[in-house]
Amino acid sequence: MVVAQVRGQTQYRASFVIDLVGSALFSLTDVLAVFVMFSVNGSLGGFGGREVLLMVGIAACAFPVADLAVGNVERLPFYVRTGLFDTVLVRPLSSLGQLLAMDFAPRRFGRAGQGVVIYLIALVAAPVDWHAWTAILAVLAPLAGAVFFGSLIVAGATVAFWWVESGEIAFAFTYGGKDFATYPVTVFGGFFRRFFAYGLGFAFVAYLPALAMLGRPDPLGVPAWLHWCSPLTALLAAALAGLFWRTGVRHYRSTGS
Amino acid sequence: MATAKASGPVLAALVRAGFRRFATYRQATVAGAFTNTVFGFVRCYVLLSLADAGGRVAGYDRAQLATFVFAGQGMIAVVNFWGPADFAERVRTGDIAADLLRPLDLMVGYLAADLGRACHAMLTRFVVPVLAGVLAFDFYLPEHAWTYPLYAVSLLLAVLVCGVCRYLVNLTAFWLLDIRGPRQVWVLASTVGCGLAFPLPLLPDAVAAALWLATPFPALMQAPLDVLVERGGTGHALVLIAGQLAWLAIVTGLARLVQRHALRRLVIQGG
Repeated sequence: MVVAQVRGQTQYRASFVIDLVGSALFSLTDVLAVFVMFSVNGSLGGFGGREVLLMVGIAACAFPVADLAVGNVERLPFYVRTGLFDTVLVRPLSSLGQLLAMDFAPRRFGRAGQGVVIYLIALVAAPVDWHAWTAILAVLAPLAGAVFFGSLIVAGATVAFWWVESGEIAFAFTYGGKDFATYPVTVFGGFFRRFFAYGLGFAFVAYLPALAMLGRPDPLGVPAWLHWCSPLTALLAAALAGLFWRTGVRHYRSTGS
Repeated sequence: MATAKASGPVLAALVRAGFRRFATYRQATVAGAFTNTVFGFVRCYVLLSLADAGGRVAGYDRAQLATFVFAGQGMIAVVNFWGPADFAERVRTGDIAADLLRPLDLMVGYLAADLGRACHAMLTRFVVPVLAGVLAFDFYLPEHAWTYPLYAVSLLLAVLVCGVCRYLVNLTAFWLLDIRGPRQVWVLASTVGCGLAFPLPLLPDAVAAALWLATPFPALMQAPLDVLVERGGTGHALVLIAGQLAWLAIVTGLARLVQRHALRRLVIQGG
């Protein structure tokens, strides 16, 4: 199914190239925004440029990879509203797997590729405290971040089983969470920081793994062993999202027509 | 092609229709306002963290920044950069022929309906983020009473300039049929150039000046927001509004020109 989608969408070459370039430029504006903010006084939340770049790199890698893998589940409201989801359930395959394959969007490779380039530059430029464990974390952190964002995107879309028009609410936590994860947690304050960083777990995407790789203590006092836990939180998030999805599918009652 | 002068009642009816069309999407309105508010928190904290060192950022104090961010988040839906390409879709499907039979200019009809949409967004999508900003942050309220009407005028001009620009992007459909490319360029350029991604004074002076003088983007958001937070005083606000008027004249002239060519082309194609 995925191969058929890729082949179908690359038939219209000009539009495909426009989509590919457009999607790459979009994440470039995010990086540009961070750069402009940073240029004001040469630091962000008490972190220097190369340290912030590492956080930007992890987030810029994790989100597009998640979006590439599961982003098309955002079309679920369309399937629920039209009743097309029936055809998905009839087939003897996993319902989530089918949805992901049916609208696979190869244009998102543009953004993912660019995120990987930014992350590689960050790894070279940042003062990483290299040893075996940081090397493993350097590979696992963006993957864990991708799993985390992917779980969030799936969970957000699952809400459509109960509330079809919920689309944009999920954006607050997926795209909003990506923006949150791009900056050091120290930038934020109050209840908002506690809720997004630890309640929802966005600190585990880029900030805490970056601290672990840099060998820096957290200015806000999060114990050092937690800095290494982002793969575990990603697995937890994936398990919760899977459970939520299954509950949603069981709740689905078709359109009745 | 009929281009009779649009009468007042007709325009008022179109504005009302635009308002009522968007008033039916209640759940989407709630969801959108919520999302704008969450993004407001992220942007506001990031900008405030820059202020910690000197208390001010690029000439804004902390309260002005909060107002800038949350009023800006509210304005996203009012000015509506990312509106759907439904007009271009009518060109592609040929429904545009029916629109041309109506005794009303295409562009005037488009703008009237868009104004109705903006009024609805003003009462819903604008209020929620601003209220959240007032409750959660130290919020700057204008010192002078006349700033409020000035802001209203500036906001109206922003809606009109943005409406005409979007109309121009849609007009490319007469040549391209699929406007995804021009639309992406427009969304990108307007997001970065209008002050939404970051306030323009954060940019180097030369870059900011080039944006103000050579592009209509600052007129869409940065100008009304600077009027609201009284950056540079009343005199500066009047200059900003005059600049918006100039941009409205320029883009309207351009849109009339392009529309004339587009319709001539359509007639040739269909004849």
